[in-house]
Amino acid sequence: MKPIACLTSALLLSATLLAEEPAVRVAPPQLQGSRPLEQQTESSVIRNYLESWKSLQEALDHNQAGKLDRDFVGVARDKLGDTVEAQSRMGIHTHYQDLSHDLQIVFYSPEGLSIQMTDNVEYRQQIFEKDKLLATTVVRRRYLVVLTPSEVRWQVRILQAGLD
Amino acid sequence: MPAQEMQVPSTVTAGSAFAVTTTGSGKAVLYIVGPGQALRRDLQLGERVSFATGELYSAGHYTAVLATESSAKNAEFDVLPATQPGSLGFLAKPSRLPVNVANGISGSMYVFDSYHNLITTPMPATLELSIAGGATLTRTVTTRNGLAWATMNSATKEGSARFTARVGDISSTRIINQVPGEPCSISISARPNGSKLEVQTAPVRDCSGNTIPDGTIVTFIETLGNSQSTVDVPLKKGIASVVMPANKGSKISAASGAVAGNEIHWDGGR
Repeated sequence: MKPIACLTSALLLSATLLAEEPAVRVAPPQLQGSRPLEQQTESSVIRNYLESWKSLQEALDHNQAGKLDRDFVGVARDKLGDTVEAQSRMGIHTHYQDLSHDLQIVFYSPEGLSIQMTDNVEYRQQIFEKDKLLATTVVRRRYLVVLTPSEVRWQVRILQAGLD
Repeated sequence: MPAQEMQVPSTVTAGSAFAVTTTGSGKAVLYIVGPGQALRRDLQLGERVSFATGELYSAGHYTAVLATESSAKNAEFDVLPATQPGSLGFLAKPSRLPVNVANGISGSMYVFDSYHNLITTPMPATLELSIAGGATLTRTVTTRNGLAWATMNSATKEGSARFTARVGDISSTRIINQVPGEPCSISISARPNGSKLEVQTAPVRDCSGNTIPDGTIVTFIETLGNSQSTVDVPLKKGIASVVMPANKGSKISAASGAVAGNEIHWDGGR
């Protein structure tokens, strides 16, 4: 019985992990910049951006600003870091789960120093006061994202939700 | 007893004052939570909770939660960027480039309000490239998704240029050093000096007439029969010179980068 139980748990865990992966749709780039976008660059930008959501989730769920350092820089890092600090001070934490992303790169600057992307994202937000769930909402918003290159990856410099 | 209720505005301009009205009785806590900011207020239900100018400033989507010990109600709203520019993010490249390069200078500007929110409302912006004593090139563009960009040609005259991004009263400037390009041509002359030959270039300039900077290497080449010898000489005050053996029948030439100069056939005195 024990091996079966373990196997069942493993399957359940896998199913849970699979269920938590967001659906991702990437539209062809519609660039207003003059610099051509290599497929490899596009792939890296999108991979790094999706990874940044995981960092955001961990940081705001556990109130650990350090989780932001790999993926966020500048204004985005400052604002998210301030939110982590405020949440911690107020005794709350927030679980964000991105459910789907609809991505399109819309600008690659001529000098190669920034990429702008739109993301029609759907995410679940759960606000906890210590362990007590206060609210669950599902949000759909259009995000404007600006990423800039660091030595090893593209980092999110601006992450801003707006109305459609 | 009726449960607590609240009313929030559907949108708030970043940094502006607003209020949340509540109904019910007893103590409660109001949380306003989004990825960009989190606020908390302790209150008595039935109060109108005011938020002062500058308290909620980060654009984005927010959930307001009105929580008592036994229950919680929530509502959602959006904070929109202010429309007045407060700062610019200006990325320009390169900091140094040769003169007369088509679209060699590029700049991208991101327009923020006073709270570092990207202003997404389209607005006119300018990019200016000005050289001391020269003309100012101006490009006017309309921002889209909070950004504007342009490329410009470098000037034909060497020197520092001010590359300025401007929206309304807000501007940001980068200095671009425009340096001479590659040599356009090399002309050499020779004269005997005892048993030696003094060879020197005419002032070396780029194709726009700018003097090539000192330190640029000119290679002098002497070919005699099947043997060839070379000497690398840095430019000084735009001229390179070298003293070589005056070998009768030798051919002397000079080159720098991809440019080769004229060839001198030395026959012993002419």
